[in-house]
Amino acid sequence: MNARDEVLGRIREAIGESEELPIERTYHKAGARQAEAADLLELLTARLIDYKATVLRCADSDQAIAAAVTGVLSAGSVTRLVVPVGLPEAWLAAEHRQPDDPPLTLGILDRAEGVLTGSAVAIAETGTIVLDASPSCGRRVITLVPDLHIVVVRAGDVVPTVPDGVARLDPSRPLTFISGPSATSDIELNRVEGVHGPRQLVVILAG
Amino acid sequence: MSTFIGMPAARGTGDLQGDRPFPQAAHDALADQQLRRNLGYATATIRTKRAQVVAEVEDWEQLREAGRQIKAHVMARLPELLEQLEEQVTARGGTVHWARDSTEANRIVADLVKATGSDEVIKVKSMATQEIGLNEYLAAQGIAAFETDLAELIVQLGHDKPSHILVPAIHKNRTEIRDIFLAEMAGVRPDLTDEPAELAEAARMHLRAKFLTAKVAISGANFAIADTGTLGVVESEGNGRMCLTLPDTLITVMGIEKVLPTWRDLEVFLQLLPRSSTGERMNPYTSTWSGVTPGDGPSTFHLVLLDNGRTSALADEVGRAALHCIRCSACLNVCPVYERTGGHAYGSVYPGPIGAVLSPLLTGMTGGHDAPNDSLPYASSLCGACFDACPVKIDIPAMLVRLRTEHVDLAGPKTAEARSMKAMRWMMSSPRRFALAGRLSRLGRFAVRRGKPIVPLPPPLNGWTQSRDVPVPQGQTFRDWWLDNHGDAR
Repeated sequence: MNARDEVLGRIREAIGESEELPIERTYHKAGARQAEAADLLELLTARLIDYKATVLRCADSDQAIAAAVTGVLSAGSVTRLVVPVGLPEAWLAAEHRQPDDPPLTLGILDRAEGVLTGSAVAIAETGTIVLDASPSCGRRVITLVPDLHIVVVRAGDVVPTVPDGVARLDPSRPLTFISGPSATSDIELNRVEGVHGPRQLVVILAG
Repeated sequence: MSTFIGMPAARGTGDLQGDRPFPQAAHDALADQQLRRNLGYATATIRTKRAQVVAEVEDWEQLREAGRQIKAHVMARLPELLEQLEEQVTARGGTVHWARDSTEANRIVADLVKATGSDEVIKVKSMATQEIGLNEYLAAQGIAAFETDLAELIVQLGHDKPSHILVPAIHKNRTEIRDIFLAEMAGVRPDLTDEPAELAEAARMHLRAKFLTAKVAISGANFAIADTGTLGVVESEGNGRMCLTLPDTLITVMGIEKVLPTWRDLEVFLQLLPRSSTGERMNPYTSTWSGVTPGDGPSTFHLVLLDNGRTSALADEVGRAALHCIRCSACLNVCPVYERTGGHAYGSVYPGPIGAVLSPLLTGMTGGHDAPNDSLPYASSLCGACFDACPVKIDIPAMLVRLRTEHVDLAGPKTAEARSMKAMRWMMSSPRRFALAGRLSRLGRFAVRRGKPIVPLPPPLNGWTQSRDVPVPQGQTFRDWWLDNHGDAR
């Protein structure tokens, strides 16, 4: 008997004739928490700062986002940012762009100054930003190898809770949930920022 | 085999059992002052953090109950869910393999690595691959496995063994970690200090080139969604993202119990797991993927589904719930026994309260006096802190008691314990004998002075008095006292 049939056979023998068990969801489901937009953005900001991310607030317009990005570039003496193919053109001038088209090699990404992307969803309660490999988020690797990640979160994509966020996402896409810069709790169980992923996370919160 | 009836018990193999019983191993661990300081500090830190972030979730108890129900639902529907998962992963370009035990899983993985032509792999921290002893097997096949999680790296460089599910190097403090890096990490700065940020930086530099050139990665999985074929890894450092994204080939080894029915179920576990494990509202990175995505990440994906004793645990109606474990390690951090002995004393890769039930359930028990996994159900004061901390409400104390019963049944009627219990039953089943025994016990007053027996007790009774004072029996039994004071009120 092959391993598959044998393992499945063992499971059936182990559980016998068991009936389907119910799942009661009495916790706060998607849509259960309504919050004022301003409060949500405040909460998200506080959570992100707690994770040692940098948060910049601006109005929800392409011009305001572009100004915020330019501010980050001049503050950090950064000249060029890797950008995914679908990043809105208005967010960054062409001379500052290093487009991932054709796909950049790992060597180039390793030497890149930083990367600028959009995002799919942000969860206020946990300070989590989700990238979904859509055109404005790009391939997973471009937000992983560079040491600086600037991510734009638009107010309309901010939801209150984890169930709200999960409900909005498409699992058929590769997803990355990001809650602050790379960190570890492996030394004496205290959180230390800065291991393998981007050590600088700058969130431009538009709205 | 034409029928499933009478199929031999499928015991788990691999690194699930130590080479000596818990009391012996614990004895040595307790004598290590540095170990006790390190563990005391780390577990106290994490207990405080966890308590804070759990307290701020107002529907925490409802989430725990939902987590428990989802897992119980999964166990009852496991065959269909695994078939659905296999179908979905395959439809999205992945390949699914099945392994009956550690030997078969190791062989499958090694063959897959060899087929790529690579002689090295990078690894994301994974309990399943630890359990099957994959790194050692690959080494014997000429394949070098590089652990990329910081704590796993510390353990690997220090030629040590993991002692905690979440933080395998919890038994080492920052200075000891610095010393390991200085001695074992090629090219490390000689003036490296023990600042955690500097140690993390050293690990980053050390692994960077490895990440950028690796062709094959091996991971575990925190969950797999049956109806979408989605796998997920929850991590902190970004080493997981590196392994899941950069290499051409990804091989994931996962216990069969990790499957969840629907994508929506993630909304429960993404709340329960981070708060219970590292005491954070959310861990820095969680990655999910479904099969392969052209142009993004590995072009080849293999999923190895591992039994290795899980079906044997599943057959135990009480023990079955141990398979609900999401490997958060909250039970370790609150356990008074774990906090003092550390993880190595348990022998198995699964230490602490959950390990004390899961390890014997996976390997089975022998009934022997010195069998390491037979000793684990006794490695508990049954205080119940683990049950309270468990995010999926596994009743570990009840399981420990059940396993103790099973061990006694297996051990048979000839042991000293069984004989003394039998004598006790004889004495206690008659009021006359019980009263007589009470009066006789008063004689014990003359055998004890200042808490120590005047005459050393013979084995096995001296095992009890080695670390405890013998209570001096009262001069009067309760029955006599009652007769004296209320004798007329019978």
